[in-house]
Amino acid sequence: MPTQTLDIESLKKKAVVFRRDILETLETAGSGHPGGSLSAVEIFLTLYGYQINHKPLDPSWEGRDRVIVSKGHVSPVVYVTLANFGYFPKEELKTFRKFGSRLQGHVHTKVPGVEFNTGSLGHGLSFANGIALGARMRARNFKVYCVTGDGELQEGSVWEAAMSAAHYKLDHLCTIVDYNKVQENGPTNEIKNLEPLGKKWAAFGWHVIEIDGHSIEALKKAFDEFSITKGKPTVIIANTVKGKGVSFMEGKSAWHGKAPNKEQLAEALKEL
Amino acid sequence: MDSRFRRNDKEQMEIKPTPTRDGFGEELVALGKINPNVVVTSGDLEDATRAEYFKKEFPDRFFNLGITEQDVVGTAAGLSTQGYVAFATSFAVFLTNRAYDMIRMDVCYNNLNVKVVCSHGGVTVGEDGASAQCLEDFAIMRVLPHMRVICPADYIEAKKATRAITNTFGPFYMRTSRAPLPIITKEEDVFDIGKANILREGKEATVIACGVMVSEALSASDRLKAEGISLKVVNMHTIKPIDVDMIVSCAKETGALVTAEEHQMAGGLGSAVAEVLGQYYPCPLEIVGVKDSFGESGSPAQLLAHYGLKDINIIEAVKKVITRKISHK
Repeated sequence: MPTQTLDIESLKKKAVVFRRDILETLETAGSGHPGGSLSAVEIFLTLYGYQINHKPLDPSWEGRDRVIVSKGHVSPVVYVTLANFGYFPKEELKTFRKFGSRLQGHVHTKVPGVEFNTGSLGHGLSFANGIALGARMRARNFKVYCVTGDGELQEGSVWEAAMSAAHYKLDHLCTIVDYNKVQENGPTNEIKNLEPLGKKWAAFGWHVIEIDGHSIEALKKAFDEFSITKGKPTVIIANTVKGKGVSFMEGKSAWHGKAPNKEQLAEALKEL
Repeated sequence: MDSRFRRNDKEQMEIKPTPTRDGFGEELVALGKINPNVVVTSGDLEDATRAEYFKKEFPDRFFNLGITEQDVVGTAAGLSTQGYVAFATSFAVFLTNRAYDMIRMDVCYNNLNVKVVCSHGGVTVGEDGASAQCLEDFAIMRVLPHMRVICPADYIEAKKATRAITNTFGPFYMRTSRAPLPIITKEEDVFDIGKANILREGKEATVIACGVMVSEALSASDRLKAEGISLKVVNMHTIKPIDVDMIVSCAKETGALVTAEEHQMAGGLGSAVAEVLGQYYPCPLEIVGVKDSFGESGSPAQLLAHYGLKDINIIEAVKKVITRKISHK
């Protein structure tokens, strides 16, 4: 059971707060990655607000579930999640990407709650596997979650790791793919087609759950299913919308790695 | 009698040349017995790296992840977070080159307790040819923050180095040899990470060598002695952190340095020594190494000769550097 479980209504309210915080954080920073942050809001919210065992005031607690953010560029949603759950003061979000800040451009373990420095794609799953193997050897009962992007799945290293997780039957490991269908220079399936994505993971020996990644109810159900799945790792393919919640950002590769200016922020906040 | 097989004492002559990979493999088993936290990942080359000795004794702490070098490093990084000393093993070319980003990001940037230990360094890999002969690992490993780089000179030193990196937290890269190397150190010699060992005292010049080239340097010193030239010989087993004090004191004492390594001339031991000399005590330096080329198939002895990695090449460099020292004054 998670340390701190929120009901659906408060999670939904929090999603709005998260999106606002993400946009404001990016505007203040003047750079960063809104598209994949906004698409992953419900994923992180449901993880931290429903699924995982964690103690925000004791981030190195040994029994915590591990969340590995393989798509390290979505630091805005990660830091906003951690700040909102009390890992560090929200005020600090204003320092994002600034010199001397703990809040590095890509997720960094300087930030309480971050498990692994990332930023180069295709690293998270092997690392998560290693944690899961180590935990099993130590008879530690925590679970390991790995959040990946979809463009990231073009990295061959992801599939090396996918084979290992299935081979070692890491059923305490869950990968969540933020399948927002857009990468830096265009639609993911035009640049290098990932489909049939669910079948690929299934063929690699994973238990596959495909859902609407903006539905907190669906995410909760998927995590529940992961918790009772034995003998194989689980992948949740969360179908999402890049830039979700801001009409002029939705589905636009241009908003993969560009911060809104003041006017754009004001416009975006009106929509939330 | 081949002078390459001895250091200072005659009894050493009885010892059979042994690959440094054997020292690694055997010591890993010894460490596994006393330290339950030692774990190993392998890219399906444990037979070659000698990590299989560990696999046989401790199958539950060994993971052959298949031919997936990136996964071999990344998984080791993850394992280390659970309190393990994680060894990531394969051929030097495969881990340091193919999995470079994993070594950079997962191991070094995260500063984790991972030991990247690779066999098949240098041209002495032999018949497999250039694709398997790693000649750039020192260069690309030593530029990574947090990474320390070690290349033992013989089987005995490989065992000590394996123990030392196990007992020292953080990222390490260690290169071992496929080829049998002469035994030139002694059990009682001290091995400290970052502290070079003086094997011979001498006045005219110093040779600073690592790996297989240490025995070549000793042989060069024997042969030069016959010509009346006294050569100081230093075993620089740790390429990073480089032993600055040793380099500066050798420069002050002998006024001329030669480095010798089974590696590209660019970026390796020679470069590391040049960086120290340039900053702290400029003096003539000659670098013996592979001259910007790939290896090829052949026996280790043929290849060492072909690529200019023999005692005679060190002798040539010593004579040259001594001439430069005189004109330098």
